[in-house]
Amino acid sequence: MSPDTNPVTDQGSEPISGPEAEATGVSFQFRFDGETVRAENGQTIGAALIAAGRRSWRRTRVGGAPRGVFCGIGICFDCLVVVNGRPNNRACLVEAAPGDLVQTQEGAGHDDLAC
Amino acid sequence: MVGAACAYYCSLAGLRVTVVERGAIASGTTAACEGNILLSDKEPGPELDLALLSSRLWREAAEAVGAERLEYQPKGGVVVAAAEPTADGLRELTAVQRAAGIDAVDISAAEVVEREPNITRDVVSGAYYPQDSQVQPMLAAARLLREARARGATVLPGTEVTGFVRDGRGAVRGVRTNSSSAPVIHGGSVVNATGTWSGQTAGLAGVPVPVLPRRGFILVTEPLPRVIRHKVYTAEYVANVASGSAALETSVVVEGTRAGTVLIGASRERVGFDRSVSLPVLRKLAAQAIAVFPFLAEVTLLRSYLGFRPYCPDHLPVIGADPRAPGLLHAGGHEGAGIGLSTGTGRLIAQVITGAEPDLDLTPFRPDRFEEAAA
Repeated sequence: MSPDTNPVTDQGSEPISGPEAEATGVSFQFRFDGETVRAENGQTIGAALIAAGRRSWRRTRVGGAPRGVFCGIGICFDCLVVVNGRPNNRACLVEAAPGDLVQTQEGAGHDDLAC
Repeated sequence: MVGAACAYYCSLAGLRVTVVERGAIASGTTAACEGNILLSDKEPGPELDLALLSSRLWREAAEAVGAERLEYQPKGGVVVAAAEPTADGLRELTAVQRAAGIDAVDISAAEVVEREPNITRDVVSGAYYPQDSQVQPMLAAARLLREARARGATVLPGTEVTGFVRDGRGAVRGVRTNSSSAPVIHGGSVVNATGTWSGQTAGLAGVPVPVLPRRGFILVTEPLPRVIRHKVYTAEYVANVASGSAALETSVVVEGTRAGTVLIGASRERVGFDRSVSLPVLRKLAAQAIAVFPFLAEVTLLRSYLGFRPYCPDHLPVIGADPRAPGLLHAGGHEGAGIGLSTGTGRLIAQVITGAEPDLDLTPFRPDRFEEAAA
């Protein structure tokens, strides 16, 4: 069974087989807002999202403008995502890992602390 | 910030002002601080008098130009004591402060938690200071300069003062600069408002003013929702501000900003103008802040920055005319309180130049007091 045909039950820990995997090294999957995203070993979450055709995955706190990777080197904090429940991860720096649960970040990501 | 405030109040007084800035606007200590306007850390004396005047003037300036344009936030301050002896000391301090005109309210541990829900429960007691407030310092400096320009002032960034112009009697009547378009700028009075570099500038006129750097680091967290409501610090902070020690001293000062970042200070070290980053100091600041606000342990830091507070040996600023160099005035050496004290300083400088009666007695701030002390 190909991971593409059953993304929900496959938690992405199985290497992808076939010619594509041979061409690019070991591939695996993680989840982004419930969808399956393919990543290669060593690839950041941001790079994998871009490779999957996504250009933005967050909206700014005040103006609601779309944001994705801008600087790509960890300086601008535009590409923030929630990784395995932890907010404010820079997608351009965090290496994707098999089975990661990545989510769109809402606001500052720490609404539980607001007072 | 002090220079911008001098320009603002001098232009309000009808004077024609030229601001000569070595770097970019607000590029000195103004860009490396927290924007505190505090009464809570002051003990009775000339600095408190200046702080009370300045606090009132900040409120008036916010009304005049728009609070949002300065990010002026009259959020109040909360000082916490974590141990009984500190709590006793804090109660003694607030009693003295109340007698001197500060609105200082003793509050219980429960009231501290009510004001700051995210604070540690290991608090013995606290004090609440409704008058403590905050501005975004760079924004405030730029806005006051813009207001001054609207009244005819000229602002020359990227222009360094290289010397003073003297008239036949030796009085200061302008400055020389490194600018080819404005190599000489004439003026009836020259105000030295060069912050931590005031001593060097005064040296160009041959009049020693002992302003020295006291280094401080600040940590900046990722943007958060409002998690800290007031300016919060520990009672040890007041003792450290007044300390004469050269060794590293740290105390917790934490506050939120309009942008959502939380600023964590404060360290004090006398290491000259050494800009190297000290990881042990950053670690200590973080650990102390987590002790007061445990949730910070799960929060990421974006960066840190450092700055140099301008301090004088007696911890008072230098404000007023210099009798050793007629025509030259000083407005510097405000240590860690330059933002807060800038408005009062600017108003006093404008009053001295226009010959008006100053709002405060300037004797404690006179520039030549250190020579008298040495003699």
